[in-house]
Amino acid sequence: MSTLEVSPAEPRLDESGHTVVNDFSIQVATVNGSGSQTANTVLMRAIFQMGVPVSGKNMFPSNIAGLPTWFTIRASKHGYIGRKKEIDFLVAMNPETAREDVMKLESGAAVVYDEPLKLNALRSDLHFYPAPFDKLVAPVCPDAKLRKLVRNMIYDGMVAWLLSIDMQEVHTALVKQFGKRKAKAAELNWGAAQAGFDYAARTFTKTDPYRVESMNATTGKIIIDGNSACALGAMFAGVTVVTWYPITPSSSLVEALIGYLKRYRIDPQTGRATFAVVQAEDELASIGMAIGAGWAGARSMTATAGPGISLMSEFIGLGYYAEVPAVIFDVQRVGPSTGLPTRTMQGDILPNAVLSHGDTKHPMFFPCSPEECFTMAIDAFDFAERFQTPVFVMTDLDLGMNNWMADPFPYPEKPLDRGKVLTAEDLDRLGGFARYDDVDGDGIGYRTLPATNHPAAAYFARGSGHNEKAQYTEREDDYMHNMDRLARKFETMRKHLPAPEIHEREEAEIGFVAAGTSHYAVDESRDQLQAEYGIPASYLRLKAYPFTKELTEFIDRHERVYVVDQNRDAQLLALMRLEMTPEQIAKLRSIRYYGGLPLDARTVTDEVVRQEER
Amino acid sequence: MSTATAPPPKKTNRIGLEVLSYKGARTTLCAGCGHNAISERIIECFYELGVEPWRVGKFSGIGCSSKSPAYFLNLSHGFNGVHGRMPALATGAILANRNILGLGVTGDGDTASIGIGQFMHLVRRNLPMIYIIEDNGVYGLTKGQFSATADVGSKLKTGVINDLPPFDCCALALKWGATFVARSFSGDKKQLQALLKTAIAHDGLSVIDVVSPCVTFNDHEGSTKSYSYMKEHEEALHTLDFVPSYEDISVEIAEGEVRDVQLHDGSHLRIRKLGRDYDPTSILSALAALEEAGKQHEVLTGVLYVNTEKPNFLELLHLAEEPLATLPLSSVRPAKEALDEIMEELR
Repeated sequence: MSTLEVSPAEPRLDESGHTVVNDFSIQVATVNGSGSQTANTVLMRAIFQMGVPVSGKNMFPSNIAGLPTWFTIRASKHGYIGRKKEIDFLVAMNPETAREDVMKLESGAAVVYDEPLKLNALRSDLHFYPAPFDKLVAPVCPDAKLRKLVRNMIYDGMVAWLLSIDMQEVHTALVKQFGKRKAKAAELNWGAAQAGFDYAARTFTKTDPYRVESMNATTGKIIIDGNSACALGAMFAGVTVVTWYPITPSSSLVEALIGYLKRYRIDPQTGRATFAVVQAEDELASIGMAIGAGWAGARSMTATAGPGISLMSEFIGLGYYAEVPAVIFDVQRVGPSTGLPTRTMQGDILPNAVLSHGDTKHPMFFPCSPEECFTMAIDAFDFAERFQTPVFVMTDLDLGMNNWMADPFPYPEKPLDRGKVLTAEDLDRLGGFARYDDVDGDGIGYRTLPATNHPAAAYFARGSGHNEKAQYTEREDDYMHNMDRLARKFETMRKHLPAPEIHEREEAEIGFVAAGTSHYAVDESRDQLQAEYGIPASYLRLKAYPFTKELTEFIDRHERVYVVDQNRDAQLLALMRLEMTPEQIAKLRSIRYYGGLPLDARTVTDEVVRQEER
Repeated sequence: MSTATAPPPKKTNRIGLEVLSYKGARTTLCAGCGHNAISERIIECFYELGVEPWRVGKFSGIGCSSKSPAYFLNLSHGFNGVHGRMPALATGAILANRNILGLGVTGDGDTASIGIGQFMHLVRRNLPMIYIIEDNGVYGLTKGQFSATADVGSKLKTGVINDLPPFDCCALALKWGATFVARSFSGDKKQLQALLKTAIAHDGLSVIDVVSPCVTFNDHEGSTKSYSYMKEHEEALHTLDFVPSYEDISVEIAEGEVRDVQLHDGSHLRIRKLGRDYDPTSILSALAALEEAGKQHEVLTGVLYVNTEKPNFLELLHLAEEPLATLPLSSVRPAKEALDEIMEELR
């Protein structure tokens, strides 16, 4: 194994005697299905409760139990919550990966490990903390069957001792994690954490520099995953029909939504639901139901990932042509088929923009945080009904399934925008209507809902062949007239989509353009470029497609623009090229990462430096 | 002053509409196509029962049959979807607004091939709607390829013989959850009328498989979906009489001869037995009869199965009485306290 060729060196950091406070990453390597998620969440929460900005990233296999899984917790006093490439503190619990996990570490890192693994023999430049986990778990967990699950909590106690994490915070986090109903389980786990803490205190001599110290940078904040945030947005947007087919990483979005809807959207008087959720037979059906419901006036949605998007393609094209609102949450991942479906990717940006056949194009929202998942979900429902078209909310596995710090979500005070819908009273007044007539010059026609109690309400919805009155036609001029109006509608969208977020640096020759979760790496990379290389870099974060004029103006103001993509073929860049002038295109450069992990700042910085030839 | 006499009063139904209000655009299907006859029956039945046409939602997939919703009920909303996926569209629409009287028209290609998954799951959900299969055993719009309901040994005009067994959509429907299942023939006006009217009154999924000959591609010697084949092989299980809820039902029924099925809206279907005893409330006897008829090369028509007890999908979902689509903001957006509570839990 090539990793074994690393030349051993003495631990460096303890000799200098300095400490590293609130600026490191912890990686916990365990086996899927061993209950480590609870221990890891408790650890993350305890640091969060001490007021230190923190993020947690779960790298898990497509498997129920038995395969390796890694959880990375990053504490950052600077507030960087993107993935940190370097691991400073490893908890090695998985015999299968332990050797490689240790060999990958930078010199000076700390390792808590299960003693029988004998990892300390591998390198001499690390801080090793061995512990006999099996021996420790037996006395605190008499039931042998539960030991596998409780065992992990022991490392929480050890890490708490080593990093000076307040055990009271561990206890608080643990109680919160288990909730009132599982008080017994919480007690059992608390015993394990204490046993770990006591063992560490008795046995370890701390030689590594890493420490947690209380701050107040998380006051008032919440911890939530992006999928739950999207679900909350959907519920407060008044979603009424939810159709879905399970697919990682989007399943937990709908499952969270079902939980919220059952809790808050059952009429207490009648016991009846103000929503319908259908687990469909496949994505062909889930999108069909969403389109059918949107056509009939419901706020409808589905959630899926790349492979589901492929199956939905034809129906979404029909939704575009027949002009039917629906919201599609696309939690992007690597695909297709088996292998890396549980890894993150911005893999659907380009396909979704033009999904289906014919001249189709679709609006997309790009939330980068749970706060935006919530607000953009609400915006997306308004937008879909205002523009009578399918709308994508583009998140990814990193945002959707990982836990993020966030500000509490603001209650939406704006009323729902149900768009241009004519009622029976409107029809009485107007005497009739033409479904696809551009009355207002914005490309958006007026629609009626089925079962509107009026003889003039009906129209026939179909795909490509219809005139302004929704009558069947195959005429060249009718088709082109309609397509030109749809193009006009798309142009109108640009004025109603959220503008990008722009951060300019004085005298910056270069700028970044990114969307979604690339934000955290770019944000941190800008600081790295400034501090380490003296390169000021501006930044435009896209929030939506179609693009707005702010993007082209930003490109015009900079010499070189680095477009960040979490995919191999630079999808975001490719989409931008479709709308840019040759001069603007000439300024565009590409930074791409496609390894399936959340993008980290160092990767971005190194690539910019390489391309800038510094 | 004109001396012309007033025109005779126009004939209207019980809600004051003329039959014209139930018609559609002129058909573009072939002259003599069975589908046109089915469109006519639809127009008659909705007119005669006085259904408000704007309450109806028409749904279809792709194919000749799926074009036909443009040819009836012009005052109803319609949605011509994608191939084989009409059930999804209809399901979504009916969930959005339970007041929609769903009328799906599809073909054997749409239902038994590309859309068989959606068909089976619609059946399984017992969604309250009418699902008509205009069944001619071939793909018409793509010029006459076999569909999955073509019988073994049936012959195309090109001489190609079908050697794969057909799906019996009625057997599938009644086995897996539809609550009104019938087969008919586009040429059997009276029977089809009674079945359609029953389907309109039924509060569950009604599947009516109507053998509807394709005069262009499948009406020749050797076809088992031709007019002449049906005339020779149709075997009606019973005669049917539909009595709407608003009509007097006091007529005595002779014991043993007539089975009376009361439907959800108070109307009645009277099933008068012909030669054989047939119990349309038994899945087992329906399947046995279909199996036996297949062996005899008979096409059984009539009510194959009816169940007025089983809850439909909307009942299972415990949906609000009012249409979801138009619920007010106060019903669909929880109060600020709810969000505050959730945020507090996440701190």
